[in-house]
Amino acid sequence: MKLPIYMDHHATTPVDPRVLEAMLPYFTQEFGNAASRNHAFGWAAEKAVEQARQQVADLVGATAKEIVFTSCATEANNLALKGVAAMYAEKGNHIVTCVTEHKAVLDPCHQLEKQGFRVTYLPVEHDGLIDPGELRAAITPKTILISIMTANNEIGVIQPVAEVGAIAKEHGILFHTDAVQAIGKVPFDVDDVKADLVSLSGHKFYGPKGVGALYVRRRNPRVLLAEQISGGGHERGMRSGTLNVPGIVGLGKAAELCRLEMAEEGPRLRRLRDRLSEKLHQGLDGIYVNGSLEHRLPHNLNVSFAYVEGESLLMGINDVAVSSGSACTSASLEPSYVLKALGAGDDLAHSSIRFGLGRWTTEEEVDYVAEKVTAVVRRLREMSPLYELMKEGVNL
Amino acid sequence: MAYSPKVIDHFQNPRNVGSLPKDDPHVGTGLVGAPECGDVMKLQIRINPATGVIDEVKFKTFGCGSAIASSSLVTEWLKGRTLDQALAISNSDIAEELELPPVKIHCSVLAEDAIKAAIADYQKKRETKAGVAAVR
Repeated sequence: MKLPIYMDHHATTPVDPRVLEAMLPYFTQEFGNAASRNHAFGWAAEKAVEQARQQVADLVGATAKEIVFTSCATEANNLALKGVAAMYAEKGNHIVTCVTEHKAVLDPCHQLEKQGFRVTYLPVEHDGLIDPGELRAAITPKTILISIMTANNEIGVIQPVAEVGAIAKEHGILFHTDAVQAIGKVPFDVDDVKADLVSLSGHKFYGPKGVGALYVRRRNPRVLLAEQISGGGHERGMRSGTLNVPGIVGLGKAAELCRLEMAEEGPRLRRLRDRLSEKLHQGLDGIYVNGSLEHRLPHNLNVSFAYVEGESLLMGINDVAVSSGSACTSASLEPSYVLKALGAGDDLAHSSIRFGLGRWTTEEEVDYVAEKVTAVVRRLREMSPLYELMKEGVNL
Repeated sequence: MAYSPKVIDHFQNPRNVGSLPKDDPHVGTGLVGAPECGDVMKLQIRINPATGVIDEVKFKTFGCGSAIASSSLVTEWLKGRTLDQALAISNSDIAEELELPPVKIHCSVLAEDAIKAAIADYQKKRETKAGVAAVR
């Protein structure tokens, strides 16, 4: 077993060697511009891009023409939100989203609010899921877009997106979902979910960084977007800029591998994740899993270790790469807004660790991480005044 | 967070972890910070009644690496000092010694607060004791 161990696959994933192999020719030999219509270099690049478009479409049950390549999912989210807002402004000025969305949705929403749009941020229940009843109640005649993520990047909970899509359809409102964490990990079909816009990112499923895509529905209804990057009318006028051909080829290959291997990979990761959870629970008291375990990505575990601060825990397990919702690990010095939204209390947010298992995570690694975390939590609790007070029966 | 080797050393090998009997009249206890802020320090000092010098120090800290290191460091510094000398320790001394990054300065502030709180607790005990004696 090699140290350090990488268990932060929600942040990013390594490029699958098969993906890299597919990409390499497009840096040197097949370097053409996919927009060059008059020579073989351009044709070869375009062909590769169209194959990748099909591969991405196949992963999500779309048609190739509905895939718009972007530089990342943040761009895809911006294009979806701002593109719809600008295009449908005459129809209405209200957007519904959720408090636990990624900043790549929340920040564009804040920007739109400054431009006069009204945004409703739905709360979540203790399990991290929205209440579809609250969504219904939030809809007004002015609502033009609902944006609810498929799976949360911190706690891995899977929102009832099919229900959200059905509600959106019922009211004739467009539905966007940031599916960055879910796509490639769990089955996702744009028609099952009745999604009109779907954001995804290559580096979250063993593709390269710097490439993402936005699914834009073309039928029932045909979704129109105001372009956010102009200059040449690439990607059917929705996103200008020379296509990142090697990146797109990598995204396509990564999508194909996920489609073919998901049925095997998902249950394997779920077993490993459950093993990690069981071992932690066996070794320690005062630990809490954040978010629904039932509606959850198979490779995610987010746990709060009471009486221990997250950053110090990360320091203690320095040969294991994971993330914490502690304020001390964020630039803002605020604990995770996602965990706070669950209503667990700031102290438990400070004590949280996110484990993200991945394609090459082994049982041996899981066992090592469980043992190491258990030992370090025990050591830190021995020096925690809160643990001492709790043992003395003081109500914190 | 990229910490200095001194922070890492104090984190890995914290000095003087533990507790002193808080009802001991010669022990002062400072408990500062709040769980919801992610930092709680408990610092305890014992003053030798004959010499007026701090002869024992213990700490327990819930917090990040620099909070643990700051409290561990001050336990080393406090031993052998009089209360006036202890009060002279400032947060900037701590931050400088540990080379704390700017976002972690509040950890050194908390450590300074813990020293002040422990001394205040000790002095309060003395006053109460003196008051009791006067009534008798």
